[in-house]
Amino acid sequence: MFGNILIWFVILSIVMMAGLGICRNSSMNAIRAVMTVCSSALLALAVWLCVWFLDLRAAGDTSEMLFTGSWMWYEPLNIHLAVGVDGISVLMLLLSAIIVFAGTFASWKINPLPKNFFLWFALLSTGVFGFFISIDIFTMFMFYEVALIPMYLLIGVWGTGRKEYSAMKLTLMLMGGSAFLMLGLLGIYWHSGPDGQLTWNILEISKNASIDPSWQRLLFCLTFVGFGVLGAMFPFHTWSPDGHACAPTAVSMLHAGVLMKLGGYGCFRIAIYLLPQAANELAWIFIILTGISIVYGAFSACVQTDLKYINAYSSVSHCGMVLFAILMLTQTAMTGAILQMLSHGLMTALFFALIGMIYGRTHTRDIRQMGGLMKIMPYLGVCYMIAGFASLGLPGLSGFVAEMTIFVGSFEHADMFHRCFVIAATCSIVITAVYILRVVGKLLLGPVQDDHHLSLTDATWFERFSTVTLILAIAGIGCFPNWINETIQHSFVPIIQSITQAAI
Amino acid sequence: MDYSQFSAMIPELIVLGIFILVFLFDTFAGETARKADGMLTTVLFGLGTVAIFFTGCMPKECFGGMYVNNHIELVLKCILNLGVFIVLVQSLKWTDTPDMKLRRGEFYELLLATLFGMYLMISARHFLLFVIGLETASLPLAALVAFNKKHNESAEAAAKYIMTAVFSSAVLMMGLSFVYGLSGGSLYYGDVANAVAEGPMSGMLIVALAFVLGGIGFKLSLVPFHLWTADVYQGAPTAVTSYLSVISKGSAAFAFFIIFVQAFGAVYPDAWEWMLYAIIILTITVGNLFAIRQRNMKRFMAFSSVSQAGYIMLGVIAANAIGMTSMLFYILVYIFSNLGAFGVISAIENQTGRLSMDDYRGLHKSNPWLSFAMTLAMFSLAGIPPFAGFFSKILIFTSVTASNSMALYMLVLIALINTIISLYYYLLVVKAMWISPEEPVVSSFRSSGSERFGMWICVAGIIFIGLVSPIYGLISKLVTEDAPQLLAWLG
Repeated sequence: MFGNILIWFVILSIVMMAGLGICRNSSMNAIRAVMTVCSSALLALAVWLCVWFLDLRAAGDTSEMLFTGSWMWYEPLNIHLAVGVDGISVLMLLLSAIIVFAGTFASWKINPLPKNFFLWFALLSTGVFGFFISIDIFTMFMFYEVALIPMYLLIGVWGTGRKEYSAMKLTLMLMGGSAFLMLGLLGIYWHSGPDGQLTWNILEISKNASIDPSWQRLLFCLTFVGFGVLGAMFPFHTWSPDGHACAPTAVSMLHAGVLMKLGGYGCFRIAIYLLPQAANELAWIFIILTGISIVYGAFSACVQTDLKYINAYSSVSHCGMVLFAILMLTQTAMTGAILQMLSHGLMTALFFALIGMIYGRTHTRDIRQMGGLMKIMPYLGVCYMIAGFASLGLPGLSGFVAEMTIFVGSFEHADMFHRCFVIAATCSIVITAVYILRVVGKLLLGPVQDDHHLSLTDATWFERFSTVTLILAIAGIGCFPNWINETIQHSFVPIIQSITQAAI
Repeated sequence: MDYSQFSAMIPELIVLGIFILVFLFDTFAGETARKADGMLTTVLFGLGTVAIFFTGCMPKECFGGMYVNNHIELVLKCILNLGVFIVLVQSLKWTDTPDMKLRRGEFYELLLATLFGMYLMISARHFLLFVIGLETASLPLAALVAFNKKHNESAEAAAKYIMTAVFSSAVLMMGLSFVYGLSGGSLYYGDVANAVAEGPMSGMLIVALAFVLGGIGFKLSLVPFHLWTADVYQGAPTAVTSYLSVISKGSAAFAFFIIFVQAFGAVYPDAWEWMLYAIIILTITVGNLFAIRQRNMKRFMAFSSVSQAGYIMLGVIAANAIGMTSMLFYILVYIFSNLGAFGVISAIENQTGRLSMDDYRGLHKSNPWLSFAMTLAMFSLAGIPPFAGFFSKILIFTSVTASNSMALYMLVLIALINTIISLYYYLLVVKAMWISPEEPVVSSFRSSGSERFGMWICVAGIIFIGLVSPIYGLISKLVTEDAPQLLAWLG
């Protein structure tokens, strides 16, 4: 069991928790040391996995999942602890590791109760890593919920503003989504094969492909809505602006950067892959909903004045794009969806990190009360601009590659319905440019609004460290998108195959 | 008479033996020695539990089949014993107070007496023995509820408890007399089952079922028979409340299962599935909705336990081997979670006498470990992974959907939505402890050794029982051996 590299993602997270457990609450340096060591180890592990994975693929290993392992857990119900990764999960693990790493440095001076903060933070990352390595839907769901609940305390205790309200709203809405999800997963399990061979394993379920069409429709709606809530799909997105606005910096980063990807990944891996027939029939319902998310989120961002709200609504729009692309059910669009997940994860994390740093200095997030920050803190200003350009899709940065691929892939559908929605979604790029440039203009350029701001300092070393990590990753995807394409292309084969089979 | 058949009743005999030892010790020991009552009972009981676990493993029956002690009964008895052991440990500090000096022995004797009654309820395969067990369990409990005799609330609670207990027994007897008529003069579960399977569906059968369900429903505080719960839980001493909420509930739930599956199994889809369906929805929903508004922690736990009883009943409506296993597992997890919460409540009550949720504000600043234990207990009760409550809930939901019937999927959906409501009020406690900005009301204190020991057992249980799957596997293995015979009537 311990010979499997994937298990070590979870083990390292647990080691991180245990390490924090023996630190004393007052010894900040010990806590920082534990977090730095463990999050660097996780990042190194993710990079190593990525390299190893590409090597195996280059050597001609085309099996669907690599590094698979399966250990019996609850025998009476055939529940396994089953792990395995394809290209998509590898990239998601890498993304999570980067953001956990950057998040650690972004919350270098967290106060009060640093130990408890990092304990819950580590529990959250345990859930995230566990989710991406699982191929057994029971353990997947378990890790999914493990990742959700720490949010309540992280926002409630360390947040700002209306934190109690937002924390409760976020937790209850996400848990409400997982209630539907749970029911959907139970349905999948009890239809997963002939009597006596029921299984929770994704690979086996897709191989059996025996779920009755009428059940598929019901289960597809349940699972897609369940994951869609976390993917901020309209009309279930309302937790996202409040939650992100009130969360502390590192939590916003991790939540927008990684946790919302759990939604997209789940829709892709469970709803579409295991229930392809229903996906073909019912995709239009969710295309409408996600189309609304994209446009509505972008418009909402235009009128907000709080920096975090602007980014939260922009996340609704961008995550809507992820689900939208997945629902197009073509390989190009799905590739775009994965790219968008990565791009949005990194860029939003960068945004929230920067907002946290700016807020820590100016003590306001209202763009009307700030201006000319570029003169005062040029480093943070430039970083903010880079994040903004990535968000509106400047070539050379990650956003351009992702959105381009999505729209090209979506245009493969020649019918009126798809065309209309794709055009509407494409328009969101313009709206994005409007709200990004509005913020950049007001916040960074122009005259200094408040004389107190003149005495503020630029980024410290740990802040620079965390932002540079993220910017490198963003530019890396933007300039060299091809290796990502190579990593994930095999992963779509079985999915596209099952969709086309179901269509016939 | 063949006296050797008493050897089948090892668990009962052990409990009875401890009862007699404690009684003799309490009567003849001197004033100073009597202080050891609590420790003596706890240690003896712990040893007794181990003995039951290792000696009783052979399926046995006696008194012509009136009494049965198969694997499944033994598992439940061990689970209940574990709970009683934790209750005993947690109450050591309370029974040590000067106020309790003259009544310490009685507390332990009455507690063991009710446990003996519950054993009989669990093992009964004849309605007469069942009723005897039920009464043996109820009457000492009423005395226990009244134990804080100087508090009016305690006396009031006892009066309410005894009235409802007597009334529910009367309803149950009425139902049983109908059953007696239907079965042609036998009260063995097996004979009743034969008669029910062969005879036509009659109005009388429905009435009998409703009465029996109502009678046991009172014990389990299923809605609409739950009205006594909050007042009694609030008035009783906290040790007794915790006993009532887990041990009494667990044994009644199991007896409910045995009676409906064994005696009335043949009319499961026709008659009682729908009654139970409605009652589960009511119980879960009403319990949750009322819990939201409670500020007194004991009343809060009362309504939370009402809704938890609804979840336990899901294992009955599933009516299959997984359901039975999951129900036992649920009871086990519920014991740890609920007693964890009650451990904190009673520690704070013993120290400061405070019971309101508002008094828990800012608790993490003054008592971080108590807040930690309480948070885990709340998360476990709400069903949050990786804590045990998640596994027990999800396994019981899995068992309900096994038949793939749309109606049962709806039931699970309603139960799932209710877990969200319950999450809200469990989080209220967490919020009070961790998020409220006020200065702590309860000042920092160190709990007694016994309280801490009890708390550690609960915390360990909450963290590990779900993750360590062999526990579920063991229960499942033992249940599977009994299942064919138990579930035979369901067809």
